[in-house]
Amino acid sequence: MGYKAKFRVWRGDAGEGELKDYTVEVNEGEVVLDVIHRLQATEAQDLAVRWNCKAGKCGSCSAEINGRPRLMCMTRMSTFAEDETVTVTPMRTFPVIRDLVTDVSYNYEKAREVPSFDGGDVKPGEFRMQQVDVERSQEFRKCIECFLCNNTCHVIRDHEENKEHFSGPRFLMRVAELEMHPADVADRRQIAQDEFGLGYCNITKCCTEVCPEHIKITDNALIPMKERVVGRRYDPLVWLGSKIGIVKRDKETPKA
Amino acid sequence: MTDIERLQYDVVVIGAGGAGLRAAIEARLQGKKTAIISKSLFGKAHTVMAEGGAAAAMGNANPNDNWQVHYRDTMRGGKFLNNWRMAELHAKEAPERIWELEAWGALFDRTKDGKISQRNFGGHEYPRLAHVGDRTGLELIRTCQQKIVALQQEDHKEFGDYDARLRVFAETTVTRLLKDEQGRICGAFGYIRETGKFVVFEAPAVVLATGGIGKSFKVTSNSWEYTGDGHALALLAGASLINMEFVQFHPTGMVWPPSVKGILVTESVRGDGGVLKNSDDKRFMFEYIPEVFKDKYATTEEEADGWYEDPDNNRRPPELLPRDEVARAINSEVKAGRGSPHGGVFLDIASRLKPEQIIKRLPSMHHQFKELADVDITAEPMEVGPTCHYVMGGVEVDPDTAAALVPGLFAAGEVSGGMHGSNRLGGNSLSDLLVFGRRAGLGASEYASATTVSVPESEIEAAMAEALEPYEREAGENPYTVHQELQQTMNDLVGIIRREDELEQAIEALGKLRERVQNVAVAPSAGASPKEGQGPAYHPGWHLALDLRNMMIVSECVARAALERQESRGGHTRDDYPKMSADWRKVNLVCRVRDGVVELKRQDMEPMREDLLSLFELDELQKYLTEGELPAEEKN
Ligand SMILES: Cc1cc2nc3c(=O)[nH]c(=O)nc-3n(C[C@H](O)[C@H](O)[C@H](O)COP(=O)(O)OP(=O)(O)OC[C@H]3O[C@@H](n4cnc5c(N)ncnc54)[C@H](O)[C@@H]3O)c2cc1C
Ligand code: SF4
Ligand code: SF4
Ligand code: FES
Repeated sequence: MGYKAKFRVWRGDAGEGELKDYTVEVNEGEVVLDVIHRLQATEAQDLAVRWNCKAGKCGSCSAEINGRPRLMCMTRMSTFAEDETVTVTPMRTFPVIRDLVTDVSYNYEKAREVPSFDGGDVKPGEFRMQQVDVERSQEFRKCIECFLCNNTCHVIRDHEENKEHFSGPRFLMRVAELEMHPADVADRRQIAQDEFGLGYCNITKCCTEVCPEHIKITDNALIPMKERVVGRRYDPLVWLGSKIGIVKRDKETPKA
Repeated sequence: MTDIERLQYDVVVIGAGGAGLRAAIEARLQGKKTAIISKSLFGKAHTVMAEGGAAAAMGNANPNDNWQVHYRDTMRGGKFLNNWRMAELHAKEAPERIWELEAWGALFDRTKDGKISQRNFGGHEYPRLAHVGDRTGLELIRTCQQKIVALQQEDHKEFGDYDARLRVFAETTVTRLLKDEQGRICGAFGYIRETGKFVVFEAPAVVLATGGIGKSFKVTSNSWEYTGDGHALALLAGASLINMEFVQFHPTGMVWPPSVKGILVTESVRGDGGVLKNSDDKRFMFEYIPEVFKDKYATTEEEADGWYEDPDNNRRPPELLPRDEVARAINSEVKAGRGSPHGGVFLDIASRLKPEQIIKRLPSMHHQFKELADVDITAEPMEVGPTCHYVMGGVEVDPDTAAALVPGLFAAGEVSGGMHGSNRLGGNSLSDLLVFGRRAGLGASEYASATTVSVPESEIEAAMAEALEPYEREAGENPYTVHQELQQTMNDLVGIIRREDELEQAIEALGKLRERVQNVAVAPSAGASPKEGQGPAYHPGWHLALDLRNMMIVSECVARAALERQESRGGHTRDDYPKMSADWRKVNLVCRVRDGVVELKRQDMEPMREDLLSLFELDELQKYLTEGELPAEEKN
C-alpha cells in the first residue's frame, strides 16, 4: 500500500539555499520524519535534520510543513493527499544552520534571563501543595520546548529587531508558570512587562494554535499575566493565592 | 593541529540526561569548573521520554514503605545479580534526591495531604513512583536543566559570565577519551555537529552519562542517541563492562503501524489497572506466574482486581510481574497463535477506567495512540509487543564513587552496570540517575582536586585521524545500509529468546559487519567543500558512520556474554538453558577490549553483606543462592 510522494525540501546553509524536489516512497502509518529519514538513507545522506524521540516528546523536530509550523514526527503522511506535494522548510524565525536545522540559541538566551524558582525557606521534603494548586503550572510544564510558538509569534517572526526585547510566548509562559507555582516566593510581574516584552503580545493566540502539547498559552498564561501586571485586584489567581496562604515577597525580583 | 579548540575543565560530563545533569550540578556545587557535553540540544536527552515515574521509598502513599522494602524489591527484580551495595545506596538515597528536585521547582502530582503522590509499578511492593502524569522524565530533565540555569545565573552575578563555572556544549559528540602517559584520563575529543569542527576538552576527571545501546536493535523504544557511545568509549579507554548479556525488552511497545513499532507504551497503563489479553479475550498472565513469585501474585481475577483498592488483603495482579516475565509471556502467546492482528497482544484500559480518568492519568498515551495509530484508548484496546528498552549492563564502577577501573573515569546512569542486576524494575532508572549522578559528580570532583593532567599531542592526532576516516575514504559502503543489517542481526539472533547456534551465527555475522563498518564512506555535503582538519557541518551520514564503531563493539559484547551465560535470568533468556542457576548467580561476565578485540572473563561476585542478607527470609534466599552462600547460623 506504499506510494511515491512528491517532496520539496529546503536545502542549504546559512548563506543560501533552495527547495529541492524528491520523489520518495511512503508506507502505511508513516510520518513526515520517516520520509525525511528515508531520503537520508537513500539519496541525501547529508540532509541535516534534528530529531530525537520520534514520539512527540522531545521537541527537536520542529519545522514548517506546507507552511504550517509542526513537529515532523507527529505529522502523519495520511493527512496529505497522495498527489499533493509536501514542502518541508526550516522554522522561519531562527537562522538556518543547514537544511532543516536552525539556530535556536535565542530561546536558550531568553530562558537564562528569567529569574529561577525561589522556594523560600522551605526545606526539601517539607513542601506541601494541593493537586488543584499545582495543576496550573503543571500545564505549562508540559512544554517540550519545541519553540514552535516562538517561531510563530508575529512579534518576532518577521521582526528581528524585536527579539532583544521580547522573550516570546514560551518564556513569558515560563514566567507565568513560576508566578503561579504555589511554593515560589519571587515576584516577576514587573520584569515580565519591562524586560520580557509582555506588552508586545496582543493576544492573537497564534502561539496556542501551533502548540503540539495543546497548552492554552494565551488564555491560561499570557492573559492572566497581563492581568497580574495591571493590578492585583483584577486577578482571581492572586485571590486564590492569598486564600491558600501564599505570601509573595514585596520586593520585585530583578532580571537574572 | 594548533587550530583545534582546546578547553580546560576540572570535570567534564559526557551526557545531558538525568545522570549527566545531576553529576554536573554536583560538580559545580563542589566548586569545580564543569562542562556538560551532549549530542542533542540542552533539555532533549533521552530521559525526556521516561513516562511512568521515579521510584523512591518516601512512604507517602503507604507508610509501610521504607528503604529495606525497596532494596528487597530491587534485588528480587534483578534476580539477586545486582551489585548489592549499589542497590542499598539507591534505596536509601532516592527519597532525598526526589525531595531535592522539588526544592528546585519540580511539580509532582500530589496526595490528598499535599505530599508527592506515588503510583504502583511492576515489581514494587507498595505504590512508590513519584510521577507527573505520564511525563515524569520531562519533569526531571527540565528541573535539572532549570537548576543548571539557576547556577549559571549565580555565576553571572558573580563573574558577569553565565558560563564561568558551568557550561553546556550542546550538539557536540565525543568520539574518544584521551589518556596521558601514566594511563590516566586527561580529557575527551569530539566534534561540534553544527560546524564539523573538532574540540579537545582537557580535564583530569570525565563522567560518562551517555545512556544506553538500543539503536543496535531494530525494534526499540530508544532514540538515535542510544548508540552505546559511553560503553564503547570506556572499553576503548581500557575500562571494563559487566552484565552486558542483560538487555531489557519492555513488554509493551507499540506494534502498529510499522513506522512506530517499538515506541513505548508506559507500564503505568498496567499500574493504573490495564490488563493484558490474548485473541481469546483471556487474561493470560495468570498462566505465567513463575515459581519464585508464586506467593506474591493473585491467582484469580477477583483477587487481582481487589488489590487496587485493598492491597493489604489481596495479592498483586500478575500483569505487574517484573518486565522480563511479562515480555516472555507475550512472546509465548504470540508464538502460540493467540496474538493480535499485528503480532502483539491486547492491552486494555478502556474497559477498566472511565474515559476522563484515562485522559487525566495517561495523557501522553492517549495522545500518542490517537495521533500515531488512530486508536482511541478510552474506547478500544491497544496492541502491544516487546521492544528493546534498556541495557542493564554497563561500565563496572565503584558503588560509592562511581569510579571506573581507569583513573579519572566515572560513570553513572544507564551507561553504568551492576545496579539493576539481570533486570531493572520500572522507575528504578530515574532514581538511579539522581542517586549515582550525584555520587559520580562528587567522586569526580574529589579526584579532580588532587590531579593535574596534560594531553599528549599524539592522542589528539590519532583521534582526529580516526574521526576523519569515513569522510576521507574515496569510495565505500553506505553507513545506513550497514546499520540496518546490524539492527536486523541483533534483533533476530540476540533478541528476547536466545539459543547457542543463533548466538554463534550472530558472532560470525558481527565479524563480517565489523569489516564493513571499517569501510563505510560518506560524501561531502552538497555544495560544501571539505576543509582541512575538520569534518563536514551537520552531516548525519558522517555522524552515523562514527556511531557505527560504538554499536559494533557493544553488540559484540552483548552477543559474547549471551553465548557464555548458560542459564536464563532476567533480561537474558536461553531457550537451551531455560532454568536459573544458583552457580551462575555468583558470576559476573566482564568485557574488555585489548588490541581492538573484545575479551570476556568470568568474575566472582562479592557476597552480600550480612545485615543486608538478613533482610530476606531463608526460604526466599534458597531460591537464588547456593548452599554455601546461605547465612551461617541457618544452614543445614
Ligand atoms: C520511552 C522510555 C520510557 C522510560 N520510562 C522510564 C520510567 O518511567 N522510569 C524510569 O525509571 N526509567 C524509564 N526509562 C529509562 C530511563 O529513561 C533511561 O534509562 C534514563 O533516562 C537514562 O538516562 P541517562 O542520564 O543515563 O542518559 P540519557 O538521558 O539517555 O542521556 C544520555 C546523554 O548522553 C549524551 N551522549 C551520548 N553519547 C554521547 C557522545 N558520544 N558524546 C556526547 N554526548 C553523548 C546524549 O546526547 C544525552 O544527552 C524509560 C526509557 C524509555 C526509552
Ligand atoms: S498571543 Fe501573544 S505571544 Fe502568542 S502569538 Fe499572539 S502575540 Fe505572540
Ligand atoms: S509552549 Fe508549546 S509550542 Fe511553545 S515551546 Fe512549549 S510545547 Fe512548543
Ligand atoms: S523527534 Fe522528538 S518531538 Fe519529534
